[in-house]
Amino acid sequence: MTIDRSFGEPNDQFPLGMRVLAVDDDPICLKLLETLLRKCQYHVTTTSQAIMALKLLRENKNNFDLVISDVHMPDMDGFKLLELVGLEMDLPVIMLSAYGDTKLVMKGISHGACDYLLKPVRIEELKNIWQHVVRRKKTDSKDQNNSDMPCRETEGGQAITVTGDSDQNGKLNRKKRDQKEDENEDQSTQKRTRVVWTVDLHRKFVAAVNQLGIDIKYCTFPDLSLRFEELLNVKKYRLYLKRISVVASHQANMIAASGGADSPYLQMGFLNGLGNVPSMVGSAQFQNADVRSLSSSGMLGRLNTPAGLGMRGLSSSGMVQLGHTDNLINPINNQNKFHEVILPGNQNGNIQGMPTPFEFDQLQHKNGVDHIGDLSSANNGSMVFPISSGLSDGNMNGNSSRNSFLSAPHNPVMLQGQPQGIKRDELCGNQSFVTVTSSNREYSSPLADFRRCIDSWPAVQASEIQSNSFTSSDCFEQDTRSYLMDRKSSIAMDTGNKSNNNSSIAVVPAGFPVLKTDLQSQAAPRQQSNAEQNMNHTQKQGWDENKPNPSHGPNLMCSFLNSMIPPHGVPDPFSQRLDLENTICHRNANGNNMIGQRNLVDSSTVQHNEVEQSAIGTTAKPKQGNLINQRKPQDGYSFDDVGSLEDLVTAMMKQVRLQT
Amino acid sequence: MLGLGADRLRADMNRLLAFLFHQGVLDEQFLQLQQLQDESSPNFVSEVVNIYFHESEKLLRNLRGLVLEREFSDYKRMGIHLNQLIGSSSSIGAKRLTNICVAFRAASDQNNPTACLRALELLEHDYCYLKNKLHEFFQIEQQRVMAAGVRYPIQN
Repeated sequence: MTIDRSFGEPNDQFPLGMRVLAVDDDPICLKLLETLLRKCQYHVTTTSQAIMALKLLRENKNNFDLVISDVHMPDMDGFKLLELVGLEMDLPVIMLSAYGDTKLVMKGISHGACDYLLKPVRIEELKNIWQHVVRRKKTDSKDQNNSDMPCRETEGGQAITVTGDSDQNGKLNRKKRDQKEDENEDQSTQKRTRVVWTVDLHRKFVAAVNQLGIDIKYCTFPDLSLRFEELLNVKKYRLYLKRISVVASHQANMIAASGGADSPYLQMGFLNGLGNVPSMVGSAQFQNADVRSLSSSGMLGRLNTPAGLGMRGLSSSGMVQLGHTDNLINPINNQNKFHEVILPGNQNGNIQGMPTPFEFDQLQHKNGVDHIGDLSSANNGSMVFPISSGLSDGNMNGNSSRNSFLSAPHNPVMLQGQPQGIKRDELCGNQSFVTVTSSNREYSSPLADFRRCIDSWPAVQASEIQSNSFTSSDCFEQDTRSYLMDRKSSIAMDTGNKSNNNSSIAVVPAGFPVLKTDLQSQAAPRQQSNAEQNMNHTQKQGWDENKPNPSHGPNLMCSFLNSMIPPHGVPDPFSQRLDLENTICHRNANGNNMIGQRNLVDSSTVQHNEVEQSAIGTTAKPKQGNLINQRKPQDGYSFDDVGSLEDLVTAMMKQVRLQT
Repeated sequence: MLGLGADRLRADMNRLLAFLFHQGVLDEQFLQLQQLQDESSPNFVSEVVNIYFHESEKLLRNLRGLVLEREFSDYKRMGIHLNQLIGSSSSIGAKRLTNICVAFRAASDQNNPTACLRALELLEHDYCYLKNKLHEFFQIEQQRVMAAGVRYPIQN
């Protein structure tokens, strides 16, 4: 243990000379941390024992400004230390771990950690940790008046160029807080014209929502995020939540009355993406006409008569074996089946199956929510939209690490219909990302991006879902019925591979060009279905000319896995998936979001999982890593161009509403 | 002439490093370690790496004991060891070892003894390889320092 004796008071050169206490039982990490912190010109005290750390802190809590602690320590749990430090000394604590599991990160947040870093720690991350000290001071000075989410500051995601005068920063924050305090607590009227959604904001949001018992699933979009962010600012989210809770209960009867067959459509509606959801959502009554009427988006355009027919076919079909594709309608049937599967309370399967609905729901905003509520309630607790972190996590297609709350609105809906409780925690913690548009930056229209996101979902979901969760992927195919028909053969092939875990990838409908192709191509060696692969590739060509292929990430992962995987059966893909997704989400195909070496560590977990899972994982969901420590530049976007997208959504919602 | 020797040795070092990078054995975290080495801590990298070897060998011994146990059921302890190994391996930039450990951890999470055993063997094998290569690296480094220090100031 080394102690830097030059404590004194907080100096004027803050953040230089900030006094940090580092606790880690691993001597290598401790030494590295110490050296890095010294390089950042902080005063460092290190100890390998949590007990000693507490002793030092209790001696004089003014000796330190910040504590960095490992999560796994032999003498005391890191979370316990975190709690104690927070209670007794009220110092900011940063957690450190080699294991970035979403659950752990969530646990850290809920225990009050300011930040959660993954090993190996990089100096860039340490350079910014002083902001937690500043923030804590400002928060403490105003804690009486602060709302749950005091972190509306814009400093969260980016390093603020403070002139080293913490007071100045504090004044800025105070002013912002004053402004915010004027606002209604419910934020029904936002006086601010802009919300810069930062990592901290998001984190606090997550914490607040979780306190309310609502799981948050959110998506991050690289380019679309701007628009979706606009749609999903807090005010709207809250309104949306209210609506959902009201509508869900109201619509439950409707759904029940119209029969269970409607549920799949509801699901499908969501899956269809922004444009399609409104049309699909609601009930089986949405026929082609509805769909056509809503075809204002590119995606909607895809919904043509055959698709509509497909829908009807689905409703009429009874139980359809998941994964068995006898006809074009298979995906739809699967969805139906999925729906039914959900009913028995196959939570896990369901959870994984439906991340996308949330996304679309978001787009649909209120309208979509209504339907989702219906669906969930109709499903009698089936977790139709448990955009469980698992699925959505895997959905990342190299998406940016931005967090949007697209899926958030669904949470209340889901909760309603699912008394069994959403086992999201089991899946992947509460932070699932449905990345709608990871690598789809080129997409001209947001709807197209959604579509692609949807596409990616099935891929992700397919990997996760075993026999039960085929529907998830199938559901997503709903919106792209037009190309589903084209790809029916591929789908048939996909679904044919149900025998082993690999089949989960195979199940991924071929209709999802980018992701699926990647998965397929990567899974092909193991599945020995070259024809499938070829088909996917072919389909991909026609489908996504513009879409860049985020395959290098997955390919890398896949090849690595192939070479590394020790052979073993996978009796429980679910848990695997959790692991996989958690790690994969870090794995951004573009490597943009993922924080440095975290990708290495996290992606390596993929190795252990099956290829398909890893392949699916390539869609990388932004995981908690992203949540905690995301790329700062991405975090601060402002809602400045609500414009056409919102109008479109509103219009669609109106339409749907009229029809319901 | 001595200066030339130092340069040649430095070139050897770089070549070895590049080779290890190319193989995926090391990653840029190792470079970060090197950047932290300066006049105030001239042997930082070798110190850290030596600590790493020391600790890892302990962990590997424990792991082997756990895996080869007759009952072989203490996955939890295995997970703890692995967590530490992952943390330290990734901290020094031993990418391949980290990945194997992660796979190992996943196997242990699934209570799969066969996979664990295999991962352990892979781990031990790669660990030996890494250790040899890094020893070699430090030897060249030492020679370089000596060669450069004789007549010229140490240049990093």
